Amino acid sequence: MIRGDRIFGAVMIVLALGYILTASRIGTSFMSDPVGPRVFPYMVAGVIILCSVSMILRPDPDAEWPAGPMLLQLGIAFAALIGYAFAIKPLGFILPTVIVAGILSWQIGGRPMRAAISGIGLGIGLFVLFRVILGLGLRGLPAGWGF
Amino acid sequence: MDILNNLAMGFSIAASPYTLLLAVIGCFVGTIIGALPGLGPANGVALLIPISFSMGLDAIPALVLLTSVYYGAMYGGRISSILLNIPGDEPAMMTTLDGYPMAKQGKAGEALVVSGVASFVGAFVATIGLMIFAPYLARVAFKFGPAEYFALYMLAFCTLGGIGSNNQAKAAMAAAIGLGIAMIGLDKTTGMPRFTFGELHLQDGVDFLVAIVGLFAVAEVFFFIETHGKNSAIGVKLGKILVPWRMLKQTSGAMMRGTGIGFIAGVLPGAGASLGSFLAYTAEKSAARDKSQFGKGDPRGVAAPEAGNNSAAGGALVPMLTLGVPGSGTTAVLLALLLTLNITPGPLLFTERPEVVWSLIAALLIANIVLLLMNVPMVKVFVHILSVPAWILLPGVTMVAFVGIYSLTGSSFDMLMMVGFGVLGYIMRKLEIPTVPVILGILLGNAMEDNLRRAMVLSDGDWTFLFSSPIAVGLWIAAVLGFIAPIFLRQFLKKPPLPETEPKVGD
Repeated sequence: MIRGDRIFGAVMIVLALGYILTASRIGTSFMSDPVGPRVFPYMVAGVIILCSVSMILRPDPDAEWPAGPMLLQLGIAFAALIGYAFAIKPLGFILPTVIVAGILSWQIGGRPMRAAISGIGLGIGLFVLFRVILGLGLRGLPAGWGF
Repeated sequence: MDILNNLAMGFSIAASPYTLLLAVIGCFVGTIIGALPGLGPANGVALLIPISFSMGLDAIPALVLLTSVYYGAMYGGRISSILLNIPGDEPAMMTTLDGYPMAKQGKAGEALVVSGVASFVGAFVATIGLMIFAPYLARVAFKFGPAEYFALYMLAFCTLGGIGSNNQAKAAMAAAIGLGIAMIGLDKTTGMPRFTFGELHLQDGVDFLVAIVGLFAVAEVFFFIETHGKNSAIGVKLGKILVPWRMLKQTSGAMMRGTGIGFIAGVLPGAGASLGSFLAYTAEKSAARDKSQFGKGDPRGVAAPEAGNNSAAGGALVPMLTLGVPGSGTTAVLLALLLTLNITPGPLLFTERPEVVWSLIAALLIANIVLLLMNVPMVKVFVHILSVPAWILLPGVTMVAFVGIYSLTGSSFDMLMMVGFGVLGYIMRKLEIPTVPVILGILLGNAMEDNLRRAMVLSDGDWTFLFSSPIAVGLWIAAVLGFIAPIFLRQFLKKPPLPETEPKVGD
């Protein structure tokens, strides 16, 4: 059963149609040219639709997709990275880095103790590297806690 | 004489103690990045661009640092190919064929020295080639108008996708996705917002650094978790490192031939280093009188592809600097760097910003010498670094990716978008859709549309204008051939399957 290419192709067709619809609503101003701001996006969406049809009609052999526990693992990694994006501003660099690096390390290495050491080491080590040695403007701790 | 004068100027800028230090750091970091399985030159440069910006480096020091990383990664790729039978990056794949058998015979040290010298020969000669050929190509490029540039961009997409993928539809899809993303933001001509959905963050468009780091580095994280960081420990003993003079003499022909083939493969837009090393190896094997040792540890099989891929890396800089069209994935990333530094590659670069071009070339020559010193006598240092376990390495790489983007843009929105690109990159790689054309599309999309619209203004909306000059027609024909030819040539160009890796200590 070959599904990956077909699903991706179908999703891309829907996105391309949405792209065309959005492009059709781009405003034009008094200064325009023979092509205007809409034609190139139409061309791009056209190419995407053509390629999608080809992927649906002639799909390649399917890759092995993650399932069950592995999907959960990837979900955890994804959630951790999203959480990191939100946390780094209010909480500073060190704390979120320790936690997220620890989670990723645990996912790869599988041992909690090693993960904790690697998380703490990376959180502090990278902070020293980037803030002290390279001089980037990172805040280490939550606002109001010092550095 | 012109070249020598220019080169002297380049050296006077690039040889300051500060830039020299940056070159050494870049070479060191680059070699490590290249040696680590999974991280190639494109990822490495992508990871370090945001950080070098946040450090407030000027254009020339930033260029020196990052091109040193680029060349360093090209050198480093061979280390894990030889020791672990895992190519550090795709161009180093051919080196596994003879490098790993040599290592198993206890000749790892010799293989590393021969391949290190071959890398030096390839990269050094290619840099001299860049010096000689780039100004000529820049003069030709002066004849380019909007129609020719539009055709040239088509050529870049067609060849980069055509060679990089086994399915033309997927390659074209990848380029179109990139072009579609490039349309986000304000339209330059009319000032109207496009595809911003009222989101202020999107008015400036999608930052290509966010896309690059997401597609390359973050996608790698998901992949790594899925494969559970296998193959992360050293498999063979290094042995003694002595310079095997006889072996160097025996392989010098292979090095020179590999260099020539690689340079041509690098200059062709889209072909890049992987093709360079592949062609160099196959040519060497078919030209050899005694083929029996190839694949079993023939030093020529190590020298030719290493000279080829490093020479292609230098060759790929020719179209990137003169035409603004990158010849490979990594040069696409370097193009992003130049654009961010407000340096527009193209024929004018050579007349308007000669100091940039020539200090870059000088820096490349310096970097090569530094790399030769690092990669032959100091190779043991890198071998030790290779044994860093994946459970420290990968979280580290991820955090570096975030720090780079965060310290550059300071926006959570950009980091979320980066994770989004990571997921997209993961799905695309699972489906074997190449990701480099996406980057190229984001980078070149606006210029491509701009040239199309200018061509239409010049011709008052006549589309045949796009095919009206001999240069344009030539480029269109090359584009069509570049797109279609791989379908027929695939059986000849088929990449060899990755050699089976044996279970390693620590799995």
